[in-house]
Amino acid sequence: MTKEVVQLDQVIIRFAGDSGDGMQLTGDQFTSRTAEFGNDLSTLPDFPAEIRAPAGTLPGVSAFQLHFADHEIMTPGDSPNVLVAMNPAALKANIKDLPRGADLILNTDEFTSRNLAKVGYDTNPLDDGSLDSFRVHPIALTSLTVEALKDFDLGKKEAERAKNMFALGMLSWLYHRPTEATIEFLGNKFGRTPEILAANIAAFEAGWSYGETTEEFSVQYEIRPARMKPGRYRNISGNVALSYGLIAASERAGIPLYLGSYPITPASEILHELSKHKNFGVMTFQAEDEIAGIGAALGASYGGMIGVTTTSGPGVALKSETIGLAVALELPLVIVDVQRGGPSTGLPTKTEQADLLQAMFGRNGEAPVPIVAPCSPADCFNAAIEAVRIATTYRTPVFLLSDGYLANGSEPWQIPSIESLPDLTVQFASEPNHTNDDGSMDFWPFIRDPETLARPWAVPGTPGLEHRIGGIEKADGSGNISYDAANHDKMVRLRQAKIDGIDVPDVVVDDPSGDARVLLLGWGSTFGPIGAAVRRVRSEGLPVAEAHLRHLNPFPKNLGEVLKGYDKVVIPEMNLGQLALLIRGKYLVDAIPYNQVRGLPFKAEELAGVIKDVIASV
Amino acid sequence: MSEAVDLGFPSLRLVPKTEAPQTAKDFKTDQEVRWCPGCGDYAILAGVQSFMPELGLKKENIVWISGIGCSSRFPYYMNTYGMHSIHGRAPAIASGLAMTRPDLSVWVVTGDGDALSIGGNHLMHALRRNVNLKILLFNNRIYGLTKGQYSPTSEFGKVTKSTPLGSLDYPFNPVSFALGAEASFVARTIDSDRKHLTETLRAAALHEGTALVEIYQNCNIFNDGAWDPLKDSDHRDSLTFRLEHGKPITLVDGSRGVYRAEDGTLQIADVDEVGRRSLLIHDAHAADPSVAFGLSRLSDPLSLANTPIGVFRDVKRATYDEMFQAQLHKAQEGGRGDLAALIAGKDTWEIAP
Ligand code: SF4
Repeated sequence: MTKEVVQLDQVIIRFAGDSGDGMQLTGDQFTSRTAEFGNDLSTLPDFPAEIRAPAGTLPGVSAFQLHFADHEIMTPGDSPNVLVAMNPAALKANIKDLPRGADLILNTDEFTSRNLAKVGYDTNPLDDGSLDSFRVHPIALTSLTVEALKDFDLGKKEAERAKNMFALGMLSWLYHRPTEATIEFLGNKFGRTPEILAANIAAFEAGWSYGETTEEFSVQYEIRPARMKPGRYRNISGNVALSYGLIAASERAGIPLYLGSYPITPASEILHELSKHKNFGVMTFQAEDEIAGIGAALGASYGGMIGVTTTSGPGVALKSETIGLAVALELPLVIVDVQRGGPSTGLPTKTEQADLLQAMFGRNGEAPVPIVAPCSPADCFNAAIEAVRIATTYRTPVFLLSDGYLANGSEPWQIPSIESLPDLTVQFASEPNHTNDDGSMDFWPFIRDPETLARPWAVPGTPGLEHRIGGIEKADGSGNISYDAANHDKMVRLRQAKIDGIDVPDVVVDDPSGDARVLLLGWGSTFGPIGAAVRRVRSEGLPVAEAHLRHLNPFPKNLGEVLKGYDKVVIPEMNLGQLALLIRGKYLVDAIPYNQVRGLPFKAEELAGVIKDVIASV
Repeated sequence: MSEAVDLGFPSLRLVPKTEAPQTAKDFKTDQEVRWCPGCGDYAILAGVQSFMPELGLKKENIVWISGIGCSSRFPYYMNTYGMHSIHGRAPAIASGLAMTRPDLSVWVVTGDGDALSIGGNHLMHALRRNVNLKILLFNNRIYGLTKGQYSPTSEFGKVTKSTPLGSLDYPFNPVSFALGAEASFVARTIDSDRKHLTETLRAAALHEGTALVEIYQNCNIFNDGAWDPLKDSDHRDSLTFRLEHGKPITLVDGSRGVYRAEDGTLQIADVDEVGRRSLLIHDAHAADPSVAFGLSRLSDPLSLANTPIGVFRDVKRATYDEMFQAQLHKAQEGGRGDLAALIAGKDTWEIAP
């Protein structure tokens, strides 16, 4: 039976179920096929901090949202057009995000009175009329799966477990997704247990044919491939892109990468990813704690490696003293902070941008540290390379501020050629650099390069350059311990001047009409939502300018000028106004902060409303 | 990195050997030593400087890393590479350096506060991992640099500025601690006994893996005479057990010895009473650390009676850095990774112009 095919320009699907229902895997597979098909896309996984909260409860709901389109998109989408809910908890947790008219695919098998009661439904939403404003597709996903697998030698529980594959098959049919690679994926995953593999494939295929034959779906949808810049693409998540960026930087520098880390959500995946690539000479060390992680990384940097530590906000708090030491030693080090909701343990699996001031100021004394922030999942690759460039060129610790949304979200990425990546070749010190009064030569570890103000990187093993460094204030030049007041004043200013003088590209303003009087200024992962909101505003004929900061310390040299060019500057952030505070303090600009800390990215629609209000007030 | 040279110090076989002969003077820096006159640290520094030439290593391949405290100034006085880091973290920093640079001989200097209070976690894990580090723990049973508060090795009831009515915490025994932390080498020596100090440093340098050397050190300003009973010639021989591998364990004066009682515990008795043949023979290489642990428990933390010095334990166990490097090499056996292939991954698609 061939059904009518309806063309759509974009769809937002959210898969939601119990933590154990395999929703992340289902979402991942659907995403990969969508990428392969050539749509532009953006994803937002949203899972609980608990590994397995009690089944069928609200805290146990795990979701995966995918936005895909036939044109360029910037966010995982505000509200889903389609919700796949594997149980009443998934429905209850997500229904408030759905616009009227959205499609609801509900697994009716799970809507038992017991499960309904678990999440506080007094009546069954399937028949109490509460879902009347939606297009409900009640489908017995579990029993259809069990039925499809009745010829397999599987227990009921095992058969039921394949229901996510049934759902994936059904949606793959509904949205015209390719199937071969999914089958291949299952082959890799379950290759060692042929019975389970066959069952999963059968469930997937049964889902597909069910879609084809059921009267529940009267049409099939098609979303044409997006017109993207020519080139080779892949789909990539932020944590993987960041890991690859670090490896690429190490290759381009010709120096081995060393990661000292301690597991923490949402950064652990970088530790896992880098641990897989020892064939690039990548060294990874899971330390006893956050402090040892960064300590070992600093030790490796001292020995001539690219030392990196990865963590999230609470880990940064523990590493602060060592970051201060790295500032004092003037050694390269990259601190990756995948920000999550805080303070304290906060919201480990949710996103936030509230570590900016911690990165900027969270140390004793005057201890400036450069800060680089990626703006999208794929951009984590470039940002990591940039962080390494600054660290090795200026012999300084550098913060790379990612966040939970970037870390887990994914998007298509045009794969760069290796030759297009910057050359990060580093010159280690090899010769004495100071002539003593008696004419003999000596090595002074704190003689600076006049241009960058960086000190020499002299690694142990280099003959004639034996020297001692430490956290105690040292004399300019010789590096000997010095408690001299004037010397300290000079050293504090030199360290600051070195960071202030880092060469960073100018910030680029996007203002197509040139008429804008309002500037949107963002940093980090708000790039997508701000871009989408700006697009909406402009589509209504209102001019608005947009600029996004990759470098938060130092700021680009032209930023002051840029800010002065607008009547109003709006700074949306997932914190309570941290960049706004820095901008106000440095440039005396009366920036308007717009803040949310809900653990989720901004919604473009809301942000557009805010922009329009500001434009109206000018 | 230079080629491997066999030095007779197995733990240092990857560290390049010096061609020019060295003397203690080569290891002195031009920095003014800033310890209080009479501090036990001077004797240790001199002992280390005169021992270093024996290693026969290129000076530039030796690194000293310390934390914070009086003892931690040590690297500034050694004419090698050195880092004076932050409180308690030296073992972590040194681990990162040692595991990435097998061509270096890495030494850590720490104190009782640095190693056992603020840095206890790092010391514990360095020991269990068995990274090729030599850790010298200067134990003076007091906080010197902060001017005299009790430390984790201070005797119970110690009256200090922060404990005017006496301290309430039970002290750590660093040797027991290290043995409990799976250390492969643990020894104890005394600042004033140059010969024993040198022997102990030699044994530590020979050992492959982490070596912890506890050095009883006198802080003549804030805890003067803490180890005097073990130093004064009238008493020391009747208070000290000298552990020597393969020899019966007796006090230096030979009067009393250690034997295993029927209940399995180690006991001390007059040698004449139990007979020489029932005395325990010291086996530093015993795989089981329980006898070494038992020996570490013999001493009385207050009177210092029955204090063993020497090498408690010295066993062979694969070192972390060696295994770390081996994994790295194995992963590259089939050739180095291809960056372009890595970043592209397996699942790509082409957008035509
Ligand atoms: S305070 Fe004590 S340990 Fe510190 S230098 Fe003076 S005597 Fe030595």
